[in-house]
Amino acid sequence: METILLLINTEADGSLAKPAFEALGAAKALRAGLPEAKLAVGLVGQTVQSGADQIGACGADAFLGVAGADFASPRYASDAAAAEALVKAAQATLIIAPATARWNRVLPGVAQRLGGRADTHVTGLSAASGAITINRWYYRQRMEASLQRTHRPWFILLDPGSQSAWQGAAATASVRILPVTLSEACQRTTVVGVRELAADAQTIRPDADLLLVAGAGWTKKQADGQTHVKEAEELILGCLKLARASLGSSKSLVDLGGEGQAVLSFLTHLNQIGQTGSTPRHPKGLATCCHGEEPHTVGWRFINERRAISLDPNCGWARGKADVLYVADAFAVLARLNQLLAAAS
Amino acid sequence: MSNEYQIVVCGSIVPDPLQTLEPVSGPDGPSLRNEMMLPAVLDPWASHALYEAAHLAKNTPGSKVWLVSLGPKAKLQQVMMTVAQKVPFELIALDGPASGFAEAAEVATVLAEAIAAIPGLDRSKLLLFGGWESASRGAGVTMQMVAERLGILDQFQGVDELKVLPGGALEILERVEGGKQQVSRCAGPPALLGWATGNLPEPRNNPQVGMANMRTVMPALQKAKPVKLAAAGVSFASVALPKQLRETRIVKDKSPDEIAREIFEWIKR
Repeated sequence: METILLLINTEADGSLAKPAFEALGAAKALRAGLPEAKLAVGLVGQTVQSGADQIGACGADAFLGVAGADFASPRYASDAAAAEALVKAAQATLIIAPATARWNRVLPGVAQRLGGRADTHVTGLSAASGAITINRWYYRQRMEASLQRTHRPWFILLDPGSQSAWQGAAATASVRILPVTLSEACQRTTVVGVRELAADAQTIRPDADLLLVAGAGWTKKQADGQTHVKEAEELILGCLKLARASLGSSKSLVDLGGEGQAVLSFLTHLNQIGQTGSTPRHPKGLATCCHGEEPHTVGWRFINERRAISLDPNCGWARGKADVLYVADAFAVLARLNQLLAAAS
Repeated sequence: MSNEYQIVVCGSIVPDPLQTLEPVSGPDGPSLRNEMMLPAVLDPWASHALYEAAHLAKNTPGSKVWLVSLGPKAKLQQVMMTVAQKVPFELIALDGPASGFAEAAEVATVLAEAIAAIPGLDRSKLLLFGGWESASRGAGVTMQMVAERLGILDQFQGVDELKVLPGGALEILERVEGGKQQVSRCAGPPALLGWATGNLPEPRNNPQVGMANMRTVMPALQKAKPVKLAAAGVSFASVALPKQLRETRIVKDKSPDEIAREIFEWIKR
């Protein structure tokens, strides 16, 4: 019989973030497919009660918590100690967690500590006839595998955005708080804070409905034989602001900076999508001035609806990968699009 | 206070990213078609880790860099011909699979044993570097397991920057969600840093560095320990390329104004 532990953390205000609800949805679906399986919820954070209450009606058999100032910030040593205590207390065989930076950092190490196995970036999870199958991608989203494990405990980290979030009423949860004392060795690291751009300068918005992908074409010479980088910056930033979109860039565009060529000033490696960048999840994606075949196109593998603007009708980025390819000058299209967006806002 | 480091970089080889990859199934599990024939490169994020390690060692007298690499010996040799010209390091080669389907926990065991066996390794000076994810398995699992096996409790992933502060503490910038970066301060080694892109460009080839490295690279390859991974307890039901072909509607004959309006309505839908 499997015992499932949902491992989640509370945010600074004590609430749960969306990936926690998604992981809960997956954990509940998994339990439904495993007769006699039990489900426990383990919470970590400065305080955990209000977070537990948000999912108090989820039908879990138990709520466990590790709470306190030592567990407020994501830190490997303290998070590992908390996770270890929760897994042991729940006697968990399957540990489900969101594949956030916090849990990706720590749970593989905890799996090692407890003699288990860990799979991250899991995009599918199912149970049939007592067998659990996960789906995940290999070679940077270029091939998808389904696999099973006999090893326990098995840590399964689900990519945010890949699962349906649990929805239910709040209810008071009875949380058993586990005492976890950190040794000095666990306190050698201090989290100082989070560095982020000012809100109006932030171009990465994971919750945006639209991903705008800027390719290297924006910084190339245009029909008049000149580059128009400043104009490109204004158009892209304008579109991001008006459409409340997130910005992705091709690797080549980010790397131009290292080669001394003109680049869009607001781009960093954090914007990079694709082979050595991220593969964000958004409902829609609009690629502009992008080119290239696989593997560059893996950057929008998880974008549902895809459209592209390119001067090349045979563009490998778009043909067979986008739903619509507009053969046009992106400068002209985005200028007009921004006018329409501004008029509607 | 002396801040010298012993920096061990873990990094394997992956198929050149521009190659077409196709999975095949065999008695030992999935692999890539013609895997041994595909041109290979050092894993991109592990490469960044190596460059950052070399940069830190160069600026910290008395420090040394090792590169621990598990892969088919013949392929490792090919890749090292290029990598060895970039930055100074001592290679520790392990002759085994570099497949993305290899079991991370088993790879971690092999890597940790190889690191623990480095002669004269002082764990109080140890900085364990690697890529935060590989371009093959893409899991970000192995390095944490290696570090756990070596008793390292200060671990950082998605690292973009490392600063050594006066007094020897380390300030580390890690990627977190939403384009943000978490800033942490660690008392010092031992620590694991799983690197993302970092800030350093790829170093130019330096034949002198290459010649110096080759004095240790070739002997390391010759005595590379054979490694057999069992993939115990895992079974792959399928590995397949995505059904990636979409029916792309090509719009050639519309004005920018018409296209913009169509995109606008699509965005607002």
